[in-house]
Amino acid sequence: MNSAVLVFPGINRERDMARTLRLVSGREASMVWHTETQLPQGTDLVVLPGGFSYGDYLRCGAIAARSPIMDAVRAHAAKGGLVLGVCNGFQILCEAGLLPGVLMRNQHLRFICRDVFLRVERSDTPFTRGYNAGQVIRVPVAHGEGNYIADGETVARLEGEGRVIFRYSSPDGIVDPDWNHNGAINAIAGIVNEGGNVLGMMPHPENHVESVIGSTDGRGLFAGLVQHFEKAA
Amino acid sequence: MPGLVPGFAVLAPVWECRGWLRQPLSRRMYKPGPRARTVAMIPNEPKITPELVAEHGLKPDEYQRILDLIGREPSFTELGIFSAMWNEHCSYKSSRVHLRGLPTRAPWVIQGPGENAGVIDIGDGLAVVFKMESHNHPSYIEPYQGAATGVGGILRDVFTMGARPIACLNFLRFGDPKHPKTRSLVSGVVAGIGGYGNSFGVPTVGGSVGFHTRYDGNNLVNAMAVGLAKTDSIFYAAASGVGMPIVYLGSKTGRDGIHGASMASAEFGEDSEEKRPTVQVGDPFSEKLLLEACLEIMQKGCVIAIQDMGAAGLTCSAVEMGAKGDLGVTLDLDAVPTRETGMSAYEMMLSESQERMLMVLKPEKEKEAEAIFRKWGLDFAIVGETTPSKRFIVKHGGDIMADLPIKELGDEAPVYNRPFVETPKLPVIAPDSVKPPMSIADALEKLIGTPDLCSKRWVWEQYDHIILGNTVQRPGGDAGVVRIEEGPKGLAMTTDVTPRYCEADPFEGGKQAVAEAYRNLTAVGATPLAITDNLNFGNPERPEIMGQFVGCVRGISEACKALDFPVVSGNVSLYNETNGRAILPTPAIGGVGLLNDFTKSVSIAFKNEGDVILLIGETTGWLGQSLYLRDICGREEGAPPPVDLAAERRSGEVVRDLIGKGLLTAAHDLSDGGLAVALAEMAMAKGLGATLDAAPKSVPAHAFWFGEDQARYVVTVKAADRDQTVAQAKAAGVPMAKLGTVGGDMLAIAGERAIKVSVLSNRFEGWLPAYMAGSN
Repeated sequence: MNSAVLVFPGINRERDMARTLRLVSGREASMVWHTETQLPQGTDLVVLPGGFSYGDYLRCGAIAARSPIMDAVRAHAAKGGLVLGVCNGFQILCEAGLLPGVLMRNQHLRFICRDVFLRVERSDTPFTRGYNAGQVIRVPVAHGEGNYIADGETVARLEGEGRVIFRYSSPDGIVDPDWNHNGAINAIAGIVNEGGNVLGMMPHPENHVESVIGSTDGRGLFAGLVQHFEKAA
Repeated sequence: MPGLVPGFAVLAPVWECRGWLRQPLSRRMYKPGPRARTVAMIPNEPKITPELVAEHGLKPDEYQRILDLIGREPSFTELGIFSAMWNEHCSYKSSRVHLRGLPTRAPWVIQGPGENAGVIDIGDGLAVVFKMESHNHPSYIEPYQGAATGVGGILRDVFTMGARPIACLNFLRFGDPKHPKTRSLVSGVVAGIGGYGNSFGVPTVGGSVGFHTRYDGNNLVNAMAVGLAKTDSIFYAAASGVGMPIVYLGSKTGRDGIHGASMASAEFGEDSEEKRPTVQVGDPFSEKLLLEACLEIMQKGCVIAIQDMGAAGLTCSAVEMGAKGDLGVTLDLDAVPTRETGMSAYEMMLSESQERMLMVLKPEKEKEAEAIFRKWGLDFAIVGETTPSKRFIVKHGGDIMADLPIKELGDEAPVYNRPFVETPKLPVIAPDSVKPPMSIADALEKLIGTPDLCSKRWVWEQYDHIILGNTVQRPGGDAGVVRIEEGPKGLAMTTDVTPRYCEADPFEGGKQAVAEAYRNLTAVGATPLAITDNLNFGNPERPEIMGQFVGCVRGISEACKALDFPVVSGNVSLYNETNGRAILPTPAIGGVGLLNDFTKSVSIAFKNEGDVILLIGETTGWLGQSLYLRDICGREEGAPPPVDLAAERRSGEVVRDLIGKGLLTAAHDLSDGGLAVALAEMAMAKGLGATLDAAPKSVPAHAFWFGEDQARYVVTVKAADRDQTVAQAKAAGVPMAKLGTVGGDMLAIAGERAIKVSVLSNRFEGWLPAYMAGSN
């Protein structure tokens, strides 16, 4: 799996992501500067990592979404190429129009860093084939603006088309306001686009891939992607 | 100096008349210096009057010293430069004579105090760079920005030396929770620390939060940053070579933070709110870019010397670079990137705008360095050069605005050996003289929900503590632990001091602060290597405050020597008082320790049913200055627990050895609240209870469970490892006693009401969120 990690000014989890991709896929990811206009040849997976691109000024992700490299990302996605946006990356994908909806401030208006539980809604996507549907994983969040919202029609479509991939839940998989730390509508933690090839999610699976550092619950996402490309090859 | 800063708007200079002009000197108070000569002054500048000198925080004798030094009346810009260099914050004039007594050397110390941060060798060609610094005054005036820029400043101190920051910690003290300002200060300070650190991208892995009415008008915000560098590429402030370009990097200069350092060197009165314009505004986004750009040009070998612009901005950084390198510096302010038009030399020299650096570059690398900075969208300007003259010359609009001897600006700052009186000793309180007002179980339930002992989760969840993917031990334990690069080494970090001990007995309190840092590092399995200190005190011109300072520093010194735990960096924050009432003496200690294998680190949480709980160290039931005495009995009294440093060392070595051998399943140091509180914390950390034996007959039960004797730990071992563990402690001459067994969902002390761990947790986790929501 050849991965390209986009680097916007102010992004700060690009190293975490690159290390995880190396650990799980065995290959170094290409770090792609935001002013580039092309992705490296042979890119399988484009990753928009977490951080505070452009200091979150204007709106989270708004400025990065208009970077030169984003045209190449759009073209990659339009061809069915896989795109993963985590945290600020999710916000950028929404701002770029590659995913619907927006991420508002957390309902309690505070930044929150803690482990949360995610219910994996589907296992039949390239991003979640490493998990079972209904499985609950523990991964960290670290964001101030992760409260997903879209208009009622869009949310209904997302739900109807099975495009909600991760949902905040209790450790035994129950969706409950007490376990939805940011107040996202329908406890949405991650969604895919219509084609199912662009995933945006707020939590950080890349920070839970080693048993000695937290847990390995995030590893399935990356291991699944590696399998996806191995199978395709 | 309320009113002074806004007043500059009218002074925005239109330089119609250039050149050095004679201006009469007001000699009502000051006699001319021995080398008095024609006084050069720039028109439009205010006359130097005794009032103006006083507004700059300079005492008449200090002004006389300036006159003697330069042989003429200073220009207005020069007066500003002197006030910036000679204030308490930058010159350490009240503290320097005492700080000289601190041990600063060890074979693993690469750089002790005097640079931007301390540096220690951790092997494998790697060095750890760290420092703690206060932003107390600004954080009281403007909590969010004050705290945020405190974090920004300390991060710059660390990456200026070529280190990539890998962790942050902080030490916070607020006033009485009932004080009307406390809640908003907590909210603003915590959000500010998180807002900066999270965006910058460094995990905040530890810290300390406490409350006391003595911090009502003066909260404490001490921020610590820790970075990782290669031992062969550490960068220093000293310039070298004549005619080298001095380069300004980072954000533009604005009018924010002018006189910040002077403000931080005065006590507060009723007008402290009016000082808001002296607080800087932080931009973590710029700082992140500055970090990446600086590390990139350092790696490319472009840098000769580098200094961040912190307190007193351009003045302090330029003077330090020149003075440390025995060189003069000439600055041309016309080249300084500014955010606003019409800034005067005075304003530019004193601005504390954030996210700025000064560098001396290798001339042949200038273009390469500039390209890197442009790539990161940062300002890059050549603003001066090094000279052989040892003069600090500032030009603006074609005029010379300042021409001062550079060494003397730093070296000739006044040094005071201020009078002090030692704090009188307090009587020792015998354990059996304290009558328990409630049962052990009731007292534990109450204590665990007090502001000082309750969970600080509400605080540290607002800090990203996992970014970089190396956090082994998160906040809430004895020390934060991060993996170093890909391992196997790990770094442990903690911030500690018990201010009520320091107030009662500065010497013992100073010792205890160091000993507690040593214990917290030990309890996670790390070998303590070095400390940074942040000495927060009241007005040093009061002999009793100076006595606290001197006593604490002596205590710190003694403990550091006994524990091989040198001081490699630090900061002094004095004048922490409002309307004549000082804070508790608070010498915060930031400790750093090394684990050879981070996977061997142990946490405080009970792990397995059936594990045996052991107490290490001697328990006499010391209740003087304990939280039990204060929060249960309502008495802030007595002598604090004495610290036997030899016993600390023995206990610590045994604990580290046991952890290294993999024998311990959990370890926790004993401090605030004593044994019962420590056991409750170990139980709550995993929701696993314990059955505990009754207190020994030799010590009253409440003193046994809540006394705060030092040099103690609670550890757990598998039942099969018990004999080996006990034998090892015995061989080392360290007292060890069985306390009970891990298991169940209750904390059950023999003969006492058993408490459900979940009930304790609810109390422990409940207080702070409820307080912040305004519901208690």
